[in-house]
Amino acid sequence: METQYFLPRISLQQLFNVLEDRGYQCIAPGVRGDSIVYGPLRDSAKLPWGYSDKQRPGQYQLTKTGGDERAFAWSNGPSSIKPFLFKQQEILWRVNKAENGRLHFQPEPATTAQALIGVRPCDIQAMLVQDKVFLNDNHIDPRYQGRRANLFTVVVNCSYASGNCFCVAAGYGPKAEHGFDVAMTELHDGFVVRAGSDNGKSVLQSLDLKQASPAHVAFAEESIMQAKKDQQRDIPSPENLRNGLLAQQYHPRWDHIAERCTSCGTCTQVCPTCFCHKKVDFPALDGSGAEHLREWDSCFSEQHSYVHGNVVNKDKRSRYRQWLSHKFVHWLEQYAVISGCVGCGRCITWCPVGIDVTEELHELCSESDNDR
Amino acid sequence: MPYVGDAMINADLPQEAEVIERVQETHSVFNLRLMFTNEEVRQQYSFEPGQFNMVYLYGIGEVPISIVSDPMDGHMLDHAIRAVGRVTKGLARLKAGDRIGLRGPFGRGWPLRLAQGCDVVVITGGLGCAPVISVVNYIIQRRERFGHLTIMQGVKLPADLIWRDKYELWSKAPDTQVFLAADADDKNWPWHVGQVTELFDGMVITENTIVMMCGPEGMMRACIHELHKRQVADERIYLSMERNMQCGVGRCGHCQFGAHFICRQGPVFSLAAVRSLLGEKGF
Repeated sequence: METQYFLPRISLQQLFNVLEDRGYQCIAPGVRGDSIVYGPLRDSAKLPWGYSDKQRPGQYQLTKTGGDERAFAWSNGPSSIKPFLFKQQEILWRVNKAENGRLHFQPEPATTAQALIGVRPCDIQAMLVQDKVFLNDNHIDPRYQGRRANLFTVVVNCSYASGNCFCVAAGYGPKAEHGFDVAMTELHDGFVVRAGSDNGKSVLQSLDLKQASPAHVAFAEESIMQAKKDQQRDIPSPENLRNGLLAQQYHPRWDHIAERCTSCGTCTQVCPTCFCHKKVDFPALDGSGAEHLREWDSCFSEQHSYVHGNVVNKDKRSRYRQWLSHKFVHWLEQYAVISGCVGCGRCITWCPVGIDVTEELHELCSESDNDR
Repeated sequence: MPYVGDAMINADLPQEAEVIERVQETHSVFNLRLMFTNEEVRQQYSFEPGQFNMVYLYGIGEVPISIVSDPMDGHMLDHAIRAVGRVTKGLARLKAGDRIGLRGPFGRGWPLRLAQGCDVVVITGGLGCAPVISVVNYIIQRRERFGHLTIMQGVKLPADLIWRDKYELWSKAPDTQVFLAADADDKNWPWHVGQVTELFDGMVITENTIVMMCGPEGMMRACIHELHKRQVADERIYLSMERNMQCGVGRCGHCQFGAHFICRQGPVFSLAAVRSLLGEKGF
């Protein structure tokens, strides 16, 4: 077991400072508008101290905790850390057209050094899942790789789970086990911290911390247990999901979902593992060049399955089925991970009509043994 | 079998290519003969029939187009294209000397190694179906390595048949049969009027037969039905699938067919690999 240290609350700013000194741009959660989202942050005082949230299907309400004001007493808001590695929109390459008509293609570099502070364990897990998508043996995405190689992550284990969290059922969380540089668990007077990488070790060393006391460690474990106990949601086992979803392509429940789903694609935009993207070309007005971009796309859009004049997934029923069976079944075959779902619950919270993926999975898979 | 990454120059960045020749094949199908302008890229590039390139039209975008020329045809890469969308209609206006971008080759091609020594049945439908024409060309060029060759093509209108002179030439090749069918009649259509599926009884199908086909999925399913009646196993039937493809490396997510990424594990699949979803609505 890696040595656990204690970082007094008052010293949290030092962590930001050390990371900045090492050339990282610090990115952390903050209250913006009516929710907690990630963005550039240099001042630890601007973390969401004293904020928590209530989440239900289709509902998100920021609340004040009162009394013991912690910085990480909330569960995930709408934004995951995905946009910092796989950007919502980015230039892949530029092309210049010379006077003689010759084309010159130039790749666009991507090597920003970013430190993500206050990442939740489910998002670290989602990043590990996306690593399989962007850094697999078949093809390495140079842009994702550039950012991933220059990334520092500080995960904060959860001590609170919202009504929509189901990381335990998804097979991960609420404690990060690997994939981070530094892991912290928040207590009323500071953080129990440990390193998860050599880089993390080196950063902790420069903070000159004392070892955590057995009491601190025990409190930390207890608070994580609380986040585990808070979770009420469950999903079918991977085997039941496979048998259920693949055998139930014509289950009436799909029609029931389609009656409620607006095909807005919000679930795919807030999902920390969805990776679909489209390519867009932006020509310069003077005709001298063009930028070739990739933008997040959604399998709920009509264009997603467009092929020479036809749309394969014409209705909401087949789009939702594509999304759900990809996320919970095909991911295993494609990337050898349990599924594409880490249980963050965002698709439940941010669905404008409150479609609850855990409920739908149970409905679709409960009768998987029956012949339909 | 070729795979993404093999003979790949840079999967993410197009390389400049020149339009060497443009030939109008039918009212909507044209062929672009392309050559990479960089000598080093030309030397490194190689492909197998059935693979495709992402063809980039300056300022507009990219489209996946299968390569129809022979892998040994010097450095000339033929792309038969139907002008149907934004990019392909723009590509149709190119002329010799124009420059475009090319990325590739992508995907897995036809099982030509497996097919050596076998009787080969090639079935195509719709407007020309370039992916299998590359197979026919390949086999005709290396006729002695393969058994009996059957070429079957169905079109809606006689005018939709591309490479008509080639079919006439192929029908005279040794141990080769050509079956053509058009839905509608025409004075100049000496072949069958009706569906391709009505021609199966005249075909040579042995236990050594391997089938390669491409075309509208409805047509392929009807042909599969005929092939099954004649005891051809799923493992010996190969088909080229098509979905929206934008990246070519199995990452943009558009071409998923069940767990398959058509651009990477396909576009050529054995029927055994895709049968469970073939013809299911919304996949």
